[in-house]
Amino acid sequence: MKSSVIVFPGSNCDRDIAVALEKMQFKNQMVWHKETKLPKSDLIVVPGGFSYGDYLRSGAIAGKSLIINEVVKAANDGCLILGICNGFQILTETGLLKGALLRNENLKFINKDVNIKVINNTTKFTKKYKKNQILKINIAHNEGNFFTDPSHLQELNKENLIAFKYCDENGEISKKSNPNGSMENIAGIYNLKKNILGMMPHPERMVDELISNKDGINLFSSLIN
Amino acid sequence: MKFSVTVTLKKDVLDPQGKVVQNTLQNLGMDNLKSIRQGKYFEIELNENNQNDAEKKVEDMCKKLLANLIIEDYKVTKI
Repeated sequence: MKSSVIVFPGSNCDRDIAVALEKMQFKNQMVWHKETKLPKSDLIVVPGGFSYGDYLRSGAIAGKSLIINEVVKAANDGCLILGICNGFQILTETGLLKGALLRNENLKFINKDVNIKVINNTTKFTKKYKKNQILKINIAHNEGNFFTDPSHLQELNKENLIAFKYCDENGEISKKSNPNGSMENIAGIYNLKKNILGMMPHPERMVDELISNKDGINLFSSLIN
Repeated sequence: MKFSVTVTLKKDVLDPQGKVVQNTLQNLGMDNLKSIRQGKYFEIELNENNQNDAEKKVEDMCKKLLANLIIEDYKVTKI
């Protein structure tokens, strides 16, 4: 399978995700944001980082970049799109995913490994996970507090569009296990067609026992098959 | 023609920064303080003589980039 990683000035997880994708046998290409054509891809990743220094709002400037028009076209044609952290923020700014990521409720940048629960394991992104499986994945963000309007929240629940929720090590989803104030502990969501996943946690940091764990690897192995 | 734009979080969106500023001012003795919402301020100058057209352009800027209408409101004022 072919993948493309979009690189903005200020992206800093682009090489990590490339390593994770190549480890899983993706044929990956890096695509600079000024490009106006995307290489043929089965998967497009919008990586984490601080695109444009988070000027104006996180993801706002990157969301209007040249290459994003191509990403939107590809998404509408059914291409798989994965936005991680700043990538998730960018996808909400483009409108490919509804909702927004607000500043963390406690106003702190949070960098730690947290537990998340797999809520929907029937998509192309998560089919290798078990339902309700608890993963330990790193988060590193200042604006991860998911917010949306009541009708979208209802749609997320009704259409099974919530990918992951923050939980504790026993899988309990509560205010206590919510690191950033996200509505309903939401850590990742799909669009209605489920070909776009946006998530705040970093699965690409969890693909090697040597540096962390392998809890993120099934996301990429789900996609390759 | 010159305009100012203020962008603030919508009423039902939590504004923790505004809250912290409010608490701090209250600690400084400003006890008749009711509420504070923090926002962003832009000054925008346009090469345009028709005020209606200019206002429309600034509105467009707000909708397309300056504000995220899911979480923010904006206000345009001629200055």
